[in-house]
Amino acid sequence: MTPAGASWRRPASPSRNSRQAVRSQRPVDVPRWLFLPALLGALFVLLPLVAIVAKVDWGSFFSLVTSEGSRAAFWLSLRTSAASTLACVVLGVPMALLLARWDFPGLGLLRSLVLIPLVLPPVVGGLALLYTFGRRGLLGESLDALGIQVAFSTIAVVMAQTFVAMPFLVLSLEGALRTAGDRFEVVAASLGAPPTTVFRRITLPLVLPGLVSGAVLAFARSLGEFGATITFAGSLQGRTRTLPLEIYLQRETDPDAAVALALVLLVVAVLVIGVARHGRTAL
Amino acid sequence: MSVRFSATVPDRQVRVDLEVADGETLAVLGPNGSGKSTVLGVLAGLVRPQSGRITLDDRVLTDVGPGAPGVQVAPHDRRTALLGQDALLFPHLDALENVAFGPRSRGTDRRTARADAQRWLDELGVGDLADRRPGQLSGGQAQRVAVARALAAEPRLLLLDEPMAALDVAVQPALRQVLRRVLQERTAIVVTHDPLDALLLADRVVVLEQGRVVESGPSTDVLARPRSAFAGRLAGLNLLRGTWRDGAVHVRDGWDVHGRVEGTAPEPGHDAIAAFRPQAVAVYRDAARKTLLGSPRNAFDVRVTELEPRADLLRVHAGDLAADVTVQAAAELELVVGTPVTFVVKATEVALYGL
Repeated sequence: MTPAGASWRRPASPSRNSRQAVRSQRPVDVPRWLFLPALLGALFVLLPLVAIVAKVDWGSFFSLVTSEGSRAAFWLSLRTSAASTLACVVLGVPMALLLARWDFPGLGLLRSLVLIPLVLPPVVGGLALLYTFGRRGLLGESLDALGIQVAFSTIAVVMAQTFVAMPFLVLSLEGALRTAGDRFEVVAASLGAPPTTVFRRITLPLVLPGLVSGAVLAFARSLGEFGATITFAGSLQGRTRTLPLEIYLQRETDPDAAVALALVLLVVAVLVIGVARHGRTAL
Repeated sequence: MSVRFSATVPDRQVRVDLEVADGETLAVLGPNGSGKSTVLGVLAGLVRPQSGRITLDDRVLTDVGPGAPGVQVAPHDRRTALLGQDALLFPHLDALENVAFGPRSRGTDRRTARADAQRWLDELGVGDLADRRPGQLSGGQAQRVAVARALAAEPRLLLLDEPMAALDVAVQPALRQVLRRVLQERTAIVVTHDPLDALLLADRVVVLEQGRVVESGPSTDVLARPRSAFAGRLAGLNLLRGTWRDGAVHVRDGWDVHGRVEGTAPEPGHDAIAAFRPQAVAVYRDAARKTLLGSPRNAFDVRVTELEPRADLLRVHAGDLAADVTVQAAAELELVVGTPVTFVVKATEVALYGL
């Protein structure tokens, strides 16, 4: 092996150590004064978290988070968030693929429209869903005639969560698809692979890290969903009262319970971020 | 004819007709932007021409344009494997699975496909790298795996787009030998701007300039006696053909050409070819040579047959050979047609190949 050829041998992704070594040899220094606003920003985010942890009444913590209402809300939240993440993947992956790979007039407009739930206040999203699937909504009357009532059911919770979380998955995956490019897909097709085989064996595996982090983001967004859920699904214990709704209600009657549940949600959020970061380094 | 190609792509100002016989390798030469890659893209089904008709083994792949039925077979259904300058091995699959990808996509079962893949890797001399990921392969190794992958797909037409352009010069000769071997009986089109590639890999050459075919013919003819400006600038190679004897190409008595052997040395007595550029040839008047002492090992006594002015140079033709000299040098040497001269070439400037 010649010295010039040896450079090809470098592993595709540098090891953790070499990456840190690269970081420390920065050729241009970041301005020192940026340190202050950066620190303030970090404190602004971290201090409230510390405050809520400090507020937890540890003596009654266990009984508070295991009360019937809390457990019901916790499991409902996990179940509905998992279901809505699945819905986001099933509907969002094809959408991201079309947005990333197809070129047609109006593509930019369509992309903006798909991303609307990202900037829309969730309460408005909930209203919109209500006027679509509610009993007197756009599709609701037809659904009602078929004996299907969506609003104020667990299904409605999943729909509200999917509505607000989908853009996170689509955005994240579309970015990954664009970064990956279509060079490998072209090669695969030239080797005789029909489109479905290319999608299954090349496209999906290559953007898997992007898909995982998109799904984690969607799950996190679903877990924290409040506005659209309470508007479209209401707040029925065990059916539509998810953890954020439970926390909001408890805040009035039993602040200690609210704080304890808030900590549970915080722990779940930290776990989710851990998973998402792990998914990204796997890239 | 195995391939008949005729296409117009106005976006890229390409209008090309060409044909490739069964088992023939065609080299497409041309400057950047001459439409070489577009031709491959159209063949592979990646670029839809405005009008054109392509047949491969009498099967219509493309037939579009006014009055045409509008046939455009999808890329995966054309059996035209594409090999580019980057190996583009699928990064999430090891070498073996990369090669097995084509057979698997055509529905071959997993075990047979893997066995096939191993055979192809062995064939290309990288059988021991089967379980390596692409990130663990050198450029030359990766390109060999890519060649194996393309061949394992059993294409009816192999398309190579500057397959060696991205490789270290040190590993090019070895891969060139590999490609020579695998292209022997195959229908293939190789886009290149290296005249040696065209000479050694292809039976026939077409030269594209500004989207048009400006020259075509057998490789040795086009490269040794180019008519188009581009081929002339690029090629105009001196090619001497002979038999391999004592580490040199024996052309005829007194003409043993020494040089660098590219790839594996030919067997004694087999056909071999020596290639060198006219710029590498120094011209001496016959008388001067008697006192010539130095490192160049190749000296050919010839008679000037033609003097061809080229930009700021003069190309001195002597039969099949050519040398570039400055106008001043030509004047000092008093070169005219019929002058006996000696062409001298350093051995390091000569590439020797077995045929």
